[in-house]
Order: sequence, then structure tokens, then C-alpha cells
Amino acid sequence: MSWVQHLIILPILLPLLTGAAIIPIDERERVTKGIIGFCSTALVFGISVFLLNRAGGFGADAPGAGVYLLGNWPAPFGIVLVLDRLSALMLVLASFLAMAAQVFAMARWHKAGSHFHSLFQLMLAGLNGAFLTGDLFNLFVFFEMMLAASYGLLLHGSGQLRVKAGLHYIAINLVASSLFLIGVSLIYGATGTLNMADLAMRIAGLSGENRMLMETGAAILGIAFLVKAGMWPLGFWLPNTYSAATPPVAAIFAILTKVGVYILLRLSLLFFGAEGGNSTGFGQAVLLYGGMLTIGFGAIGVLASQAMGRLAGYCVLVSSGTLLAAIGIGGPDVIGGALFYLVSSTITICAFFLLIELVERARDAGADVLAVTMEAYGDGDEDEAEKEEGEAVPGTVAVLGLCFCVCAVLLAGLPPLSGFLAKFAILHGLFDPENAGASAITGAQWTYVTLLIVSGLAAMIAMNRIGIRTFWNSIEGTIPRVYLIEITPVLVLLAACLFLSIQAGPAMRFMDTTAKFLTEPQHYTGRVMSAPQVGKE
Amino acid sequence: MELVLSVAIGVLTASGVWLLFRPRTYQVVIGLSLLSYAVNLFIFGMGRLRINAPPVLEKGGAGGLLTHTDPIPQALVLTAIVIGFAMTALFLVVLLASRGLTGTDHVDGRE
Repeated sequence: MSWVQHLIILPILLPLLTGAAIIPIDERERVTKGIIGFCSTALVFGISVFLLNRAGGFGADAPGAGVYLLGNWPAPFGIVLVLDRLSALMLVLASFLAMAAQVFAMARWHKAGSHFHSLFQLMLAGLNGAFLTGDLFNLFVFFEMMLAASYGLLLHGSGQLRVKAGLHYIAINLVASSLFLIGVSLIYGATGTLNMADLAMRIAGLSGENRMLMETGAAILGIAFLVKAGMWPLGFWLPNTYSAATPPVAAIFAILTKVGVYILLRLSLLFFGAEGGNSTGFGQAVLLYGGMLTIGFGAIGVLASQAMGRLAGYCVLVSSGTLLAAIGIGGPDVIGGALFYLVSSTITICAFFLLIELVERARDAGADVLAVTMEAYGDGDEDEAEKEEGEAVPGTVAVLGLCFCVCAVLLAGLPPLSGFLAKFAILHGLFDPENAGASAITGAQWTYVTLLIVSGLAAMIAMNRIGIRTFWNSIEGTIPRVYLIEITPVLVLLAACLFLSIQAGPAMRFMDTTAKFLTEPQHYTGRVMSAPQVGKE
Repeated sequence: MELVLSVAIGVLTASGVWLLFRPRTYQVVIGLSLLSYAVNLFIFGMGRLRINAPPVLEKGGAGGLLTHTDPIPQALVLTAIVIGFAMTALFLVVLLASRGLTGTDHVDGRE
């Protein structure tokens, strides 16, 4: 066993140890803590990119390259970590966003409370664990680890609003965790295993009674993840929580909903995919219709939001809904597009959450209320007169405005950038499946197409309105003080979207191959079950 | 035995869910605790109910389905208890913070 294989566990161990190690450092030394934390995250990012490169060869060469047997027990009995293309992609995405949020926090937000950097590292450990784990119960443990740290992060900065939002968030997630446990134990009771690969192989051979139990368990388990992903009607907590969190926390929370989506994608394709026997396609209709309702609800919320924080929260819902419905439709082409959308939309929303705070520094507190009033009574003429005095747009506002425009284009899915390419890829997968012949497009799929386009329109209208109010019509006209360390993460995130747009060809090929392997679960199960033990190769 | 366990789970779940929907934070905490007890019993039940069957092997002895019970659900329950306990403690702290900041124990921070 070469050292390279041990790299798989580092994305969990490194943040865990760093998070623990920086707890004793005095809180006044928070810059040191932040730098140590950032180094750890950057190292995880480097390792993830390396692993992604290696996982790219999965299926073609080196079978078993991505399976790590903890404690050296063979697969169905011991605990396994599995690294395939999808989990490597999620690792890269998570650590990339984490780096941006961390740098942003070091400007001022980490001063708002204690132990920000420790909690951040612990959440990252849980997050990476959830992406890597190969059995259901460890998924629960990593999920709880991630959630426990996220409770602390949400409450970071304290204040009545955050504590109230935190109370609701914790209560909802505790109930979801109970459902998670019920689901896991039902699945264990029916099949006798918790290893995902082993489960995937046993499902086709289940007897009628056990199949019913297993499907019940999977449905209850699914609810726990749908709460996390924010599917309508389980996602009402989301906009409140995300808009109450401090900006760097909200930015990293953008990927927490994607954990729910990731697990649903993985489990539904593994358990109820091509090899699911009589259970094939179980729950797909729920995901499709639930996802479409979520897009609809999110789009209405986007239009109705006056505050930018809530607008971003509803954008998270739209993004979740789009992905859930795409999983519901299934098929490698659609899922390939959905994966591209996942990466692009998560980076965009993360950047948007960071940008909101910078932009809102320029507005005074009453601006949101005034915006509502102006909407109701129409704009007064004095605003126009004020504008004609014609001060040159200061550099800061210009940069912020440009970033805001790029965010708007990405969220709305307008042509040149990756937001458009992602939606186009999903639509292309729907309309033109290369393998199947002229398969008819169902009514539900037409509705999905419509919703996808209309939600983009809603995002564009809302972003236009808020952008005009903020940049062209600001009441006081104060210039926000923005540090370089704060604007850089936003610029880097948006540059990543730009890079994704330019390199869309290779990226799309990667996503399509990933989707192809996901829809053929025998690769995953075969690799896990045949993973060699150390010393017995 | 089966009846006792299922009634216990049912009563705990029903009380837990009812308390969860109450407006006072303390009731919510108790509701969540009851719910987690019900879940723990449920996990335990998924290993099938056996009387006088140990979950661990004795030294040198061979294990068998007739003499031993499934140890995995018991291990899972142990983990679930620990995690549930920690989460309840954390929730209590947030409850106290909310009480201190808003001056009321209503879940929405106002009556």
C-alpha cells in the first residue's frame, strides 16, 4: 500500500486535528489561528485536486485505487472510505469555498465571537467525511459532526436574530437526525448491512416483505436529506437561517444543502438505479415533482425578497430544486448537466453571499424599508435631481457593481457565463439523449424546462431591481470601506466561474463520465467489495 | 415483549411529537429527548428481540445465531445515545441564550 492511498483519509483527519489543535491558542491570536486554519484548508484543497486527478482514471486503470479500508477489515464488515469521481469533485468544491470564506472572515468577521476557526475546521472535517464515507452509519456520524459545528457557526456573532434562527435550525435538524436514524435502522433490519456497496447488491434479491421495509427506510432516510437540501415543503427554515448567519458562514452553508443533494444522488442511483431489481426508480417521482415545486417556491421567493440576504437564500432553494428534479429525471446526460450546474451554482451563491455584505455596507439601515415604500408609492422626482449632480463613480463601487452584475448573470443563467452553460447542459440532456432514440418528452419534463427558464427570469428581475436600488439609486451615496482581503475571495470565486465557462468542454466531459459511472453502480460496488487488504494483496 | 416495546416506542414518539409542536422552548427540548429515546429503542428493536442472548463472544467460544444476538444495533444505539445527548445539551445552551436575549421562552422569541 503506497503513501498515495493514505491521502484519502487526510481530508478528514487534517481539518479535525487542526480544529482541535488551535482551540488552546489564545483568542487574541485569532489571526494566527486563521492562518493555521487557512493553511490546513489549502492543504486539503491541494490533496483534493490531486485525488480528483487520480480518480479521473477510475474505471480505466488501477481498480480499488480509491477505497480505503479503515482498520484493514474487508469491505462489508469494516468501515470504508470511498473516493470516486463524484466525491473527489465535492471535496475540491468544498475546500475551495472554504478557503474563500476563511480569507473573507479574517478581515473582520472572525472577531465577532470565539473559536470561529476551530468550528470552521471541524465542520470541514464533517463535510469531507460525509463525502468520503462508504457506509450509512458513518454518514450519520459525519453528518452530525458537520451539523454540530454548523450550529456553532450559525450562532457566531450572537444577537437576537441569530439565536432565534439558530433555535429553529437546531430543532429542525435534530428531528431530521431522528428520522435519519430510523431510516438507517429500518434498512439495517431489512437487509442486514449498512455498507452502501453491499446494500446496493442485496436490494435486487430482497423478498417482498423486506423490500417494503427497505423502501420505507429509504423514504424516511430521504426525508432527512430533503430537509437538508431544502425541498418544498421542508425548506421553510432555509432563507431565514441563511440570511441570519454571518456572511462567511452563509457562504460556506451554500455547500451544506449540496451535501443533502450529493447523498440523494449517490444513494438513489446506487440503491434504486440500474441494478435495483423491482425497486428500480423508487422515489424518483417524489424528487422530480418535489424539485419542481421547490424551483417554483424559490422563484416566487426570489421575486418577493426585498433584502439581498433573503434573495440569496431563495436562490439556494432554486438551485436545490433544479438539482433534485434533475436527479428525479435521471439518465446520464441530465445528471452530467446537473453536476455542472451544482458546481457552478454553488460557487456563484457562495460569492453572492460574500458580496452582499460588502454591498450592503453602502446602504443605510432603513434602505430596505424605504425600498418597499418606494415600490408602493412610486419614485419621487428628487432622486433624479440628486443623480444629475454627477459624481464620478468611485473605484470601490465600480468593482462591487461589476461583481454584482457577474453574479446576476450567473444566477439568471444568461449566455456568456457558466450559469447559462449549466442550464443548457441540463436542457441538452433532456432533449437530446444520445443513446436513446426519439424518446418522447413527458409533460412533467416540459414543466421542468419551463420552470428552469422562468426561474432564471425571476432571478434576473429580482437582481435588476435590487441592483438599481443599490448602485444607481442609493439614498446616502456613502462609499463602503472594503479591504482587499475581502474583495479578493469574491473575485477568485467569480474567476472560477469564468474559468468554468472557458473550460466548459473538458469540465463537461468530466461531468458526463462521472454521471455515466454513477448510473452504472456495478463499478462502485465491485471496487468496494474487491478492495484488497494490506498484507494480503 | 414485542408488544411492550412497540407500545413504549409508540407512546414516546407520540408524546415527543406533541411536545415538539408546543410553543415553549423547554417543551421542545423534552419533546426532542423523548423522540430520541423512542429512536434508540427502535434501533435496538431492529436487531430483533432476544432474551438471554449476549451480543459479545466469550473467549474461545464460537458465536452462533442461536446463542448470540446481533451486536451491531447495540453499537449503533450507543453512538446514537452519545450524539443525541450532546445535541440536547447544545440545544439547552441555545435555549438559555434565547431566553436571556428575548426575555421570553417562546420559540419565536416573542409571545
